[in-house]
Amino acid sequence: MVLIRDLLVQVVQMALVVALAPLLTGFVRKAKARLLRRRGASVIQPYRDLSRLLRKEAVVAENVSWLFRMAPYLIFAATWVAAAVIPTFATGLIFSWTVDLIAIIGLLGSARFFLALAGMDVGTSFGGIGSSREMLIATLAEPAMLLIIFAVALIAGSTQLSTIAAFMTSPQVGLRVSLAVALIAIIMVAIAENARIPIDNPATHLELTMVHEAMVLEYSGRHLAMIELAAMLKLLLYLSMIVCIFVPWNIKGPEAGYPAYLVGFASYVVKLAVGGAMLALFETATAKMRVFRVPQFLGAALMLGLLATLLRFVSRSL
Amino acid sequence: MQGPVYFDIAHMLAGGLVLVSMMMLYQDRLYALLNVFALHSLLLTLSVAWQAFIQGAPHLYVTAAIALVFKVVVIPVALHHMIRKLGIHREIETVVGIGLTMLAGIGLVALSIVVMLRVTPEADPLTREDLAFALSVLLLGLLIMVTRRNAVSQVVGFMSLENGLVLAATGAKGMPLVVEISVAFSILIAFIVIGVFLFRIRERFDTVDVGALDDVRGRRRK
Amino acid sequence: MTSVLVMLLCVAALLATAALAVFMARSKQATPVIYGLSLSIAAVAFATGLVQLVSPPAEVPILMLPFSLPWLGAHFRLDPLAAFFLLVVDLGGAFASLYGLGYGRHEHAPHRVLPFFPAFLAGMNLVILADDAFTFLLSWEFMSLASWALVMAHHRDAENRRAGYLYIVMASFGTLALLLAFGLLAGPDGAYGFAAMRGMDHTPLATGLVLVLLLVGAGSKAGLVPLHVWLPLAHPAAPSHVSALMSGVMTKVAVYGFIRVLFDLVGTPAWWSGLLVLLIGSGTAVLGILHALMERDLKRMLAYSTIENIGVVFVGLGLALAFKDAGMELAAALAMTAALFHVLNHSFFKSLLFFGAGAVLTRTGERDMEKLGGLIHRMPVTAFTFLVGCMAISALPPFNGFASEWLAFQAILQSPDLPQWALTILVPAVGGLLALSAALAAACFVRAFGIAFLGRPRTDPAANASEADRFSLAAMSILAGLCLLAGILPGIVIDALAPVTQLLVGGRMPVQTDMPWLSIVPVTESRSSYNGLLVFLFIGFSAWLTAGLVHRFASRALRRAPAWDCGFPQIDATMQYSAGSFAQPVRRVFGTLVFRARERVDMPPPGTLSPARFALETHDLVWEGLYLPIAGAVGYVAEKLNYLQFLTIRRYLSLVFLALVLLLLVLALWS
Repeated sequence: MVLIRDLLVQVVQMALVVALAPLLTGFVRKAKARLLRRRGASVIQPYRDLSRLLRKEAVVAENVSWLFRMAPYLIFAATWVAAAVIPTFATGLIFSWTVDLIAIIGLLGSARFFLALAGMDVGTSFGGIGSSREMLIATLAEPAMLLIIFAVALIAGSTQLSTIAAFMTSPQVGLRVSLAVALIAIIMVAIAENARIPIDNPATHLELTMVHEAMVLEYSGRHLAMIELAAMLKLLLYLSMIVCIFVPWNIKGPEAGYPAYLVGFASYVVKLAVGGAMLALFETATAKMRVFRVPQFLGAALMLGLLATLLRFVSRSL
Repeated sequence: MQGPVYFDIAHMLAGGLVLVSMMMLYQDRLYALLNVFALHSLLLTLSVAWQAFIQGAPHLYVTAAIALVFKVVVIPVALHHMIRKLGIHREIETVVGIGLTMLAGIGLVALSIVVMLRVTPEADPLTREDLAFALSVLLLGLLIMVTRRNAVSQVVGFMSLENGLVLAATGAKGMPLVVEISVAFSILIAFIVIGVFLFRIRERFDTVDVGALDDVRGRRRK
Repeated sequence: MTSVLVMLLCVAALLATAALAVFMARSKQATPVIYGLSLSIAAVAFATGLVQLVSPPAEVPILMLPFSLPWLGAHFRLDPLAAFFLLVVDLGGAFASLYGLGYGRHEHAPHRVLPFFPAFLAGMNLVILADDAFTFLLSWEFMSLASWALVMAHHRDAENRRAGYLYIVMASFGTLALLLAFGLLAGPDGAYGFAAMRGMDHTPLATGLVLVLLLVGAGSKAGLVPLHVWLPLAHPAAPSHVSALMSGVMTKVAVYGFIRVLFDLVGTPAWWSGLLVLLIGSGTAVLGILHALMERDLKRMLAYSTIENIGVVFVGLGLALAFKDAGMELAAALAMTAALFHVLNHSFFKSLLFFGAGAVLTRTGERDMEKLGGLIHRMPVTAFTFLVGCMAISALPPFNGFASEWLAFQAILQSPDLPQWALTILVPAVGGLLALSAALAAACFVRAFGIAFLGRPRTDPAANASEADRFSLAAMSILAGLCLLAGILPGIVIDALAPVTQLLVGGRMPVQTDMPWLSIVPVTESRSSYNGLLVFLFIGFSAWLTAGLVHRFASRALRRAPAWDCGFPQIDATMQYSAGSFAQPVRRVFGTLVFRARERVDMPPPGTLSPARFALETHDLVWEGLYLPIAGAVGYVAEKLNYLQFLTIRRYLSLVFLALVLLLLVLALWS
């Protein structure tokens, strides 16, 4: 019985992240449009886009290999597996112990690896420029993320998200400046990883400024749909991860029962909405950076991660 | 008054000061630097006021008020004005790259944490970490002064250094008001002197890059 | 018959094969016979090592042969540590032989390769078996010379001659350092047996000196910065299967030497030795991979990446030293396991990648990435296995590289309990450097695979390449399978390593194969766990499910068309992104500091017809800052000493006389 319930929670979680991801993206787009005093497309527009893309015929370049056609599914699968183990409304997911925080970053790294290779498979200059810049961003964002994980894990004593969430709700934590620094750093990394302004612009096809869009330039039809969905999922993943580490209230434990899960679910949606609105606000308020300013931005995130691992020493003797 | 929440808030405010000092290292435009400096001073004000509240020491409110009036409002506004007048709102030329500067900053924070936590094992935790944060802010202020060429940003570095001193003083419970006021005024006078000095450099050399002063000295030495 | 004897017989058989090769090298049958023999002998040796590691006998088998120095004898011993490294060496040797069966046919000077290949294998085995300093150093030198001969196999190439020269100089220097280290350990009584060294107490000064000498001696062979300069020249100069052996296996023998002396013989090194090893290791990792990213020669890029991986291994060893000193056996075992696991993994994927580069080299005649491209169409199996190797070396789940790096990160997270503040502060920073090197490795191998195998062919040889022979493919496919297996079932490897960590740091990780679903749990489950098997199954299943659903319910129509490329017509192969342009952003971010890279663009003024020029200037700071001054100083001294060559006989005699008197005087004053 317990096993069935846990399995059910896990399946719900897997379905939930895929179902909510386009909605989050639609919500962010809508919020941005409203902030710019436009009306904007409906929040369910991403669903319509995806279903339209899925039904279309896929056009691929003449000289591409099997890697180009397999990559979208692998990218989506890796992102999905990573997203499926992050506690959103309930901890104690049945498979949460397969992957810890470090492995989640590893899975996203695998997805990125295939995306960058797919960009280079066509043999055009745009694909190459996108891959090259994506890998540059990753070389700084990944260590920054790892340092943030170190800071959190050294305080919580675990790299397991459920344990971290449980620890963060316990009274012994309090406000810690190292956690505050880690929060700022993780937001910077999340912005870079999700190709948002000021690092990259998800809404542009202006060649020289784009990173993510340049890599997926040659994709169409169902392949493009999978990649877009993976990108939406990644945004949801990062937001859920930040929520789970830094505001883990109302994430229910394994014995909570179904009504409690509903409460957890409602508060998760509220947290996502707040996060999405803040992202929209931030994106409207900033301008995109030159590519070679990005290393400075991410370098700062890296340094903040390091600072976070350092500052945990204060208020705890050396 | 002691309690986890009181402690936490003091900790966050003082730690925030270090964070904002790091942000100052990152800024490479003068206006942004000034705004961050104003934020720095605002955090200091809040931190001092919170200490006054915890310690029940009303004279610290005066310190906070002085910080608020001068460092959050008067000096940044004056510097803004000055920059506009001098027409130097372009990028700061940093002597070494931002990444390296920040790395050095991290090293300084590590150093001050190690030094302070090791020499004060029996002091109360709030004082200890206040001292550690204060030393970090002080060293970071010095670092800003060392790495920047522009005279205005050196002034800002100097002011943030002074903020570190005030933080240390309030954390150590017992700086008399007189001393505090005299420090505040000396800072103000220093500011005025530097301001006058800035205009003088500018008149002479057509730049506020302090490197120009070295040239003069070199010429005289010959 | 004890296992030591079996191993020694294998070594003897390898030497006999080498002798056989000398005689039949020019015959047509030589290549299959020699590599076939090497393969079977290495397989037997591997099996022996495996049995020894998995079910170690109660008594550690030792053997004394009456060779070598008359009062010492040659001692051999096969404890779990030796068994593990023998396993790595002989597995690598077996695969290299298998690969050589096919690759060797393209060799134009087989008589320069065949005799030395088995001898090289024998030398590596002997180093690991040795149980006294004399045998160890003799085997070490034998291994160095055999590999040097292999590096010089194609000696008509001026570049290879330079590589060989640099290698022999560095190797002799390294052996000298090891000799001095053993001299210090043996003490005034000259106890050169390892058993005697183990029992002795060493002064802190001696221990410190031994550490430094080891870092020079074993570190130069392993490729630690700044002693790495010979490695990226020498490893690629040899034939590809030998490159794989040198990079994948011989560097591991150096790691073995380091572990054997520092963890086994010295006993308890000072706490700062952990710090020193950590700093050198992390610096090596980052610098090695940055060099690899700048390199356009495929094999040299792999050699630089070896330097990175050695750095990762040394980070693990440094952590193990620090934890061992603090008396944290469990954490030390974790760090040690991470290091040893990475040793095994690196031997898998580095051999695989060198084999792939060798296959590309024989089929296209090119090592330069800028002249390759599109090989995935013409060499599909090679491309697939190379891709697996790239993912494994970039530490991506579910492959084996990730498993060992994950363990290293978990070991780093044990650092708060260390007693020294310097370590607690620095270890997370070292972790950051480790993550940086892993991320740079991903960029490096996306570049390598993307430029060489994807896109369009850049030259005719690349366009007309064909698939590699079946022996090479077999070797590469099995290695790719092993990369995956070790990645999804890491628990088995970790358990197999338990006797080794027990021996070295006095602790072991919890038994992993009892864990549900074969996950690995370094400390407790609430702390951290990872399950490569389920990750692999989940990704496979969800990818299959999604693809199936999309194809079933949405659309499966596919049309081939010219590439879109934002509407740009007539794309040709030279307009692709090149290896240089791929690395340019990274070079701008890291290179200005690390290589003092400067770019200069000369644009002709409008209206003139002269071409625009782009000049790139980089410096190898280690080479220019360390080696050139030393070389200059040596040259200067040699010039001065040259004077001695032109003396009269009477002056020579007086010099000899003076030296004799001086030595006698020293002796008189000393005692």
